[in-house]
Amino acid sequence: MVSVAILGAAGGIGQPLSLLLKLNTNVTKLNLYDIVNVPGVAKDVSHVATNSEVTSYLGPAQLAAAVTDIDLAIIPAGVPRKPGMTRDDLFKINASIVKGLVEAIAENSPKAFIGIISNPVNSTVPIAAEVLKAKGVYDPKRLFGVTTLDVVRASRFVRDIRPEIDSAGLRVPVVGGHSGNTIVPLLSLASTKVDLSQKEVEELTHRIQFGGDEVVQAKDGAGSATLSMAYAGSRFADSIIRALNGETVVEPTFIPLEADAEGAKEIRALGAGDLEFFAVPVELGREGTKRIVPLGSVTEFESAAIKVAAEALASNIATGVNFVKSSSA
Amino acid sequence: MVSVAILGAAGGIGQPLSLLLKLNTAVTRLSLYDLINVPGVAADVSHINTDSAVEYYIGQDQLNAALEGIDIVIIPAGVPRRPGMTRDDLFNINASIVRGLVEAIAESCPHAIIGVISNPVNSTVPIAAEVLKEKGVYDPKRLFGITTLDVVRASRFIRDIRPEIDTTTLRVPVVGGHSGNTIVPLISLAEPKIELSQKETEDVTHRIQFGGDEVVKAKDGAGSATLSMACAAARFADSVIRSFGGAAVIEPAFVPLAADSSGAESIRKLGAGDLEFFAVPVLLGKEGTSKILPIAGVSAYEAGAIKTAAAELKKNIDKGVHYTKNS
Repeated sequence: MVSVAILGAAGGIGQPLSLLLKLNTNVTKLNLYDIVNVPGVAKDVSHVATNSEVTSYLGPAQLAAAVTDIDLAIIPAGVPRKPGMTRDDLFKINASIVKGLVEAIAENSPKAFIGIISNPVNSTVPIAAEVLKAKGVYDPKRLFGVTTLDVVRASRFVRDIRPEIDSAGLRVPVVGGHSGNTIVPLLSLASTKVDLSQKEVEELTHRIQFGGDEVVQAKDGAGSATLSMAYAGSRFADSIIRALNGETVVEPTFIPLEADAEGAKEIRALGAGDLEFFAVPVELGREGTKRIVPLGSVTEFESAAIKVAAEALASNIATGVNFVKSSSA
Repeated sequence: MVSVAILGAAGGIGQPLSLLLKLNTAVTRLSLYDLINVPGVAADVSHINTDSAVEYYIGQDQLNAALEGIDIVIIPAGVPRRPGMTRDDLFNINASIVRGLVEAIAESCPHAIIGVISNPVNSTVPIAAEVLKEKGVYDPKRLFGITTLDVVRASRFIRDIRPEIDTTTLRVPVVGGHSGNTIVPLISLAEPKIELSQKETEDVTHRIQFGGDEVVKAKDGAGSATLSMACAAARFADSVIRSFGGAAVIEPAFVPLAADSSGAESIRKLGAGDLEFFAVPVLLGKEGTSKILPIAGVSAYEAGAIKTAAAELKKNIDKGVHYTKNS
């Protein structure tokens, strides 16, 4: 019995994400929340022949009900980027959206797992943490920024230059954050050894870091990644659901490092320093983050990239934390 | 190696359908065509880490290129209903869209399996058939109207009134057409067997027939079923793909009964009469429709409903055929 709420279910990501989670036979209840259009989305998706029940919740008055008795909340709510915008430009709008949603979760399902998609993730996850702390329900093991798409892109982009590689089977750890140069793919630690020249490594790294921009540009004002993000979000949700059901699952994700202070030592030594949050490969269990999976040794190029990422991330995290601390209650 | 083209890939159905077919590991090549917005959809979907290649084609000029070497074409292109509209109201716009697309298929991939989603299916499939006949490439075994969503709704709506039933394993044949009372669920032939009162049968039959309207109403002007339709179409495409691989797959579809004249006898006797097209459960094979499965033992209520459906369907089919012959 797993209940999942999608907050922002009628949006560009929310709709295909709702479909994918309706198709997930481990989900028993799907709560779809948004401020417009969600009755239609829920009705549509409710016709899919899987056993889960779908309920629509429309508008702030129904938010509390949407997040009552849920195991997992996935948050794609917010506005997407347009060409020329960075994820940071979205900040003001999305910060306040995420704050409000997490407040409701804290009040109604304080033990729920929270997966945040709303950008800029590097700041919205810290916002969520501050809200949960203020409400006295913070559990660093249950808060996640959904960075799965970076890892998905890493696998796929490697195949684009090495067509003999099976992209579904290739695992590339990605650490750091979820924007531009805070994204650090560790190609040297790919699950299948891939021989790449230094130039290829740099180009691939850059492409993975700016994969989101590639889609924003191709959509030419019509939005950012929705379908691939829905897939990544549903893959993340499925990992959480399987972990809740007792499986041991490894998923890359942006987490509070205190979720596993001991395990975090390695990434701290590699460059995360004393940052509160960092994306790492995480082993999930019923409690959420069970442990951070050790990485091993990285190349010089990767090591330098981690340090650059950490610096940019420090400022993104501070932006998020300051937003909450200076907002009125 | 299976290449699938989606014509209308940037639309409300096309986008989630593109996602689902990108996730299908049996697809090796996905060709996405539309008049606008398809470069962005293709870039988005191409980042998913399955091995298929994604190509996009934008605008009429690129339509033939989109169809080169394609094994399966799925057509969601067209406009959706608004509240108060029947699928027939869409006819004029969608008829001409489907006609143009099928002409290109006839030129560029005449042996492809064609799955039509564009409504009104009861008329657009006949239009497709006429175009293919005109071009001398018609194969009734390779043309399908995608009615999978009716069968999906039948399973799910029964669970809504019998929550102990596992909707994923309930199979309810649905025959006839793809709109309102041309949709005939054969609940008496459900597997596993279910017991419903006459009133329940009538209520759920009505709900299945007007399931599309339910979504159009709930969307209040924002469109018709997109996500559930994408899921149904992806299931249809997957059935075709599995049958290419040699699996014996049964899928409901709106087909030319000439695809299996002897198999069609039972549905003709039950009420399809001499209609050229009817939705039936089909056994798929490498050639497309391998067999039309026999239907026997329907209830008196269902027999009545089939006849009503056939009378309505005749008009819809004639409208489609007429449109093509007179353009």
